[in-house]
Amino acid sequence: MLKVFKYSFLDLMRNRWTLGYFLFFAFSTFGLLYLSGDSSKVVISTMNIIILLVPLVSLIYGQMYLYQVRDYVEILLAQPISRQAIFGGYYLALASALSISLLLGLCIPILIVQPEGFVANGWLSLLAISAILTFVFIGIACNLVLRFDNRLKGFGVGLFVWLFLAIIYDGLILVVMLLFENYPLENASLILTLLNPIDAGRVLLIFQLDYSALMGFTGAVFAKFFGTLVGSVVLTFGFGMWLFIPLMQLMRKAKRKDF
Amino acid sequence: MIEFQNIQKKFGKQQVLKSIDLKLEEPAIYAILGPNGSGKTTLIKSLMGMVKINEGKISFNGKTLAGDDYRKQISYLPQIARFPENLSANEFFSLIENLRGPAQRKQEAIKWFGVEEFLDKTLRNLSGGMRQKINLVSCLMYDSPIVVLDEPSIGLDPVAMIALKKWILEERAKGKHILLCSHLMDLVQELADEVIFLMNGVVHFKGNIQKLLEETGAHNLESAIAQFLISKKPSHAQSI
Repeated sequence: MLKVFKYSFLDLMRNRWTLGYFLFFAFSTFGLLYLSGDSSKVVISTMNIIILLVPLVSLIYGQMYLYQVRDYVEILLAQPISRQAIFGGYYLALASALSISLLLGLCIPILIVQPEGFVANGWLSLLAISAILTFVFIGIACNLVLRFDNRLKGFGVGLFVWLFLAIIYDGLILVVMLLFENYPLENASLILTLLNPIDAGRVLLIFQLDYSALMGFTGAVFAKFFGTLVGSVVLTFGFGMWLFIPLMQLMRKAKRKDF
Repeated sequence: MIEFQNIQKKFGKQQVLKSIDLKLEEPAIYAILGPNGSGKTTLIKSLMGMVKINEGKISFNGKTLAGDDYRKQISYLPQIARFPENLSANEFFSLIENLRGPAQRKQEAIKWFGVEEFLDKTLRNLSGGMRQKINLVSCLMYDSPIVVLDEPSIGLDPVAMIALKKWILEERAKGKHILLCSHLMDLVQELADEVIFLMNGVVHFKGNIQKLLEETGAHNLESAIAQFLISKKPSHAQSI
């Protein structure tokens, strides 16, 4: 797996899109820091960009690269290595290359402009959540590429997955809240939030930054939950499942598929 | 000897290979022919383990081919010459060597197909013919007892074509099993010792070219194959 990873990572790091991804985050973070001058405000603005953009770019870029890999994967399949090693290597390479260019794009400006703000104000949480979201959505992209031979269908489903998790899901939660407003929904909304990695990331960051007061009583329940050990364990478990299930499904599919 | 026993493969409802039994006993050049969709590539891919067969088994010298390690014995040339775009040819060869072990004849193959000049160029910038040469080197740099070539002549200039034919004939002289899929009947007629004709997932003919010409009464391989298609597929006759 590490051999495939090594060469694929090299291939990806030379790709112009990877460089473009790095430059986008570097310039936008730099611009925001320059304009506001307060790293805690920049965290929230950057979070809003990341929460929407990282899943989308990971899905689409991951699919673009892997559909291209599909064209020459026969050469690798003809070698004496397992399919799990091949696709595991590509998954790792894609997720690492995107995470590295994203993390560098976020870290370099803050280290230059406000190095003291780096450890405070939830920057580290922002970096961790960006990397986790990249791994989760690259895992989903790998699954979609193996599931759909038709590229258009694959990209269509990919965009729908993003649209659903980033936008529609929140709308559905809102509908549920309105329909059952006479009932105590704090725990239900907590569970529903944790079932979506984008929401879980967003809420976790909001609470790291002490903006929970804006959410009223629900915010208090959320804040209490995230402050406990059980909260941390459940949150880690939730993200773990989002990383683990797509990866397992990828390995299963890779083993059985006809190429 | 390569032996295919009762090989069956279905894609959804479509039965692509219907109980194929084949014995490739002597080391020789075997050409696998057939119309589009006859199951040639599926048969080759089932040998490589890329297609998972529903029934049957494939063995080489009495040993059933299973797992991943057996592929060390096979040099495979895929039909489409596509590579990781941002790697150079040299890096691509070292990727293959990293996965498979050192190639015994890398320098020889590089010289033979004249790819020295573009070893350090990014693969994205190479033309179709150059890519096919890189494809050939990555396959033929290994000295394996089985060589599987799927449309090896695509995009090659006459010089490279002559070099390829010479290389294949030398491989045969070394006592290898060579499986060749090609739509170029001239190439097949020039090289193949035996022809396997597949249609609708069934082997319709296996034997040498002379036998095929005698059976069909044709004067060359191309018309023999056309005759075969007409006799087996009446609806095809009108279109030919």
